[in-house]
Amino acid sequence: MSAIVDAPVTGRSRIGVYWVLTLEAPEIAARAEPGQFVTIGTEPVGLLRRPFSIYRVEGERVSIAFDAVGPATRWLASCPVGAELSVVGPLGRGFDLSGQGDAIVVGGGYGTAALVFIAERLRATGSPRAVHAIAGARTADRLFLDHELGMRFASLTVTTDDGSAGRAGVVTDVLPGLVASSGAEIVYACGPNRMLDAVARTCATEGVRANLAFEEFMACGIGVCWTCVRAVKTPEGIRNLRVCTEGPVFDGAALPDGAAAAPEAAVGGAAG
Amino acid sequence: MSALEVSLAGIGLRSPVLTASGCFGSGREVARFGSLDHLGAVVCKTVTPNPRQGIDPPRGAETASGMLNAIGLQNPGVDAFRAKDLPWLAERGTPAIASVGGHSVEDYVTCVERLRGAGLVAIELNLSCPNLEDRGFMFALDPARAAEVTSVAVAAADVPILVKLSPDVTDLVAVASAVAEAGAPALSLVNTTLGMAIDVDTRMPKLSTTTGGLSGPAIKPIALRCVWQVHQALPHVPIVGMGGIRTGEDAIEFVLAGATAIAVGTANFVDPRVTAHVAEGIARYLDAHGIESLDAIRGATKQW
Repeated sequence: MSAIVDAPVTGRSRIGVYWVLTLEAPEIAARAEPGQFVTIGTEPVGLLRRPFSIYRVEGERVSIAFDAVGPATRWLASCPVGAELSVVGPLGRGFDLSGQGDAIVVGGGYGTAALVFIAERLRATGSPRAVHAIAGARTADRLFLDHELGMRFASLTVTTDDGSAGRAGVVTDVLPGLVASSGAEIVYACGPNRMLDAVARTCATEGVRANLAFEEFMACGIGVCWTCVRAVKTPEGIRNLRVCTEGPVFDGAALPDGAAAAPEAAVGGAAG
Repeated sequence: MSALEVSLAGIGLRSPVLTASGCFGSGREVARFGSLDHLGAVVCKTVTPNPRQGIDPPRGAETASGMLNAIGLQNPGVDAFRAKDLPWLAERGTPAIASVGGHSVEDYVTCVERLRGAGLVAIELNLSCPNLEDRGFMFALDPARAAEVTSVAVAAADVPILVKLSPDVTDLVAVASAVAEAGAPALSLVNTTLGMAIDVDTRMPKLSTTTGGLSGPAIKPIALRCVWQVHQALPHVPIVGMGGIRTGEDAIEFVLAGATAIAVGTANFVDPRVTAHVAEGIARYLDAHGIESLDAIRGATKQW
């Protein structure tokens, strides 16, 4: 079940260049799973809701992390503690945490936030699984390194494109070595879609399963508008599945090699 | 009789509030957020004779007070829709209106025939589909083509047909008149209007098809004008009015312009409970103004 609630902002802080908002949303907190998302109404600045991965759940509170890059996210970043936001969630299908083996999480930019929830959930359920983390970004200030990040994971490797923090390079430079040394059975990843595609390719080469949380434009977030689709391999062939409903987490093995679903004639109609 | 009950081309509806096709799925996803009992009917997403995967993304973009979409009629096909979606609505006692589309007159007839005996209250023809037998122009752009598909669909159907028209024509009354003369018992006005947006950094159109349908509050004045014009010319043809409706007051505007029922579209994306609020808002308006039913104010826009 999902809920639509008016949730007061109870916390507002920054990590690197990013913003973290904490919301009092008991109905959503009680049901949220790692990899799921919420949508937040942006009525003062726009029409449509915006989707945000869930970063942490603490009691009746849900936190999100985001980059203030457009009118909606800039407005959201300006919402003070006490402001009420319209929140729908939890939405989508999250990460598959059913395995028993060790795991690696790979986060790009504020995508790392959604992976913190995995570590916290596994710890809360007393899981013996060791979880190693790779956090990457273009530059040091674009890393999402909350101060407890190192403590949440069995190991933490940081990469930046320009070498301003951690190792110079991208997450997939260090991923094969960590797969080999950790013996992890699955890689969970969240970040820019191009990074996710690279992680999927690396995991295929290394023979390890990948579970990837994608981001797409979505008008509704609840499965009715069909704007947020991604081409995914299914038993029936390649199909355009909804990121908001069948995703946002898809298995790396289900991603087609650069191909889209059987395309229709590209007529820009008003038919729907 | 409840003040909200209306009769649309002989179809008794428990509420004038419908859902605009493509904005509510077949109800299942939205029912997670609450009952659908306030709806006159769910107008389902358009189906075609065979399953379609739609177009490549990006399929949507927000614009000022609205959004653009181009989905390419992704749908599971009329047979799967009938087998999976309609029973779900029937189990809940939610009246269903199918929406059918296609690229040829034959496609529409096929859908309508395969929906015979399906327990629908009506079928809506989505005439904003490109007609591949007429240079890819939408059926709704041409009075003769629109009338042709209407007459064969009406003949093939065992329930009333609603014909959904596009606002993107020079003379909507001409298209509406042709469709009414061809036997359409009612009209749905309006579908999205064609629009476009460009990302100035990449210089790419924001939709993979370059152009797509604009919906939301941005088009409400256009939609209202369309309903009013058609109602003025064809006062006896019932109209389902839609385009940017978010509140009970929005709905009342469409009724004053001549609509018998109304449909809520893009607003469902923003608030999955919005149709309930619209129904409550209509009831509140009637109550506050001492009006017994919507029939009393239909087309009752005053003149300057």
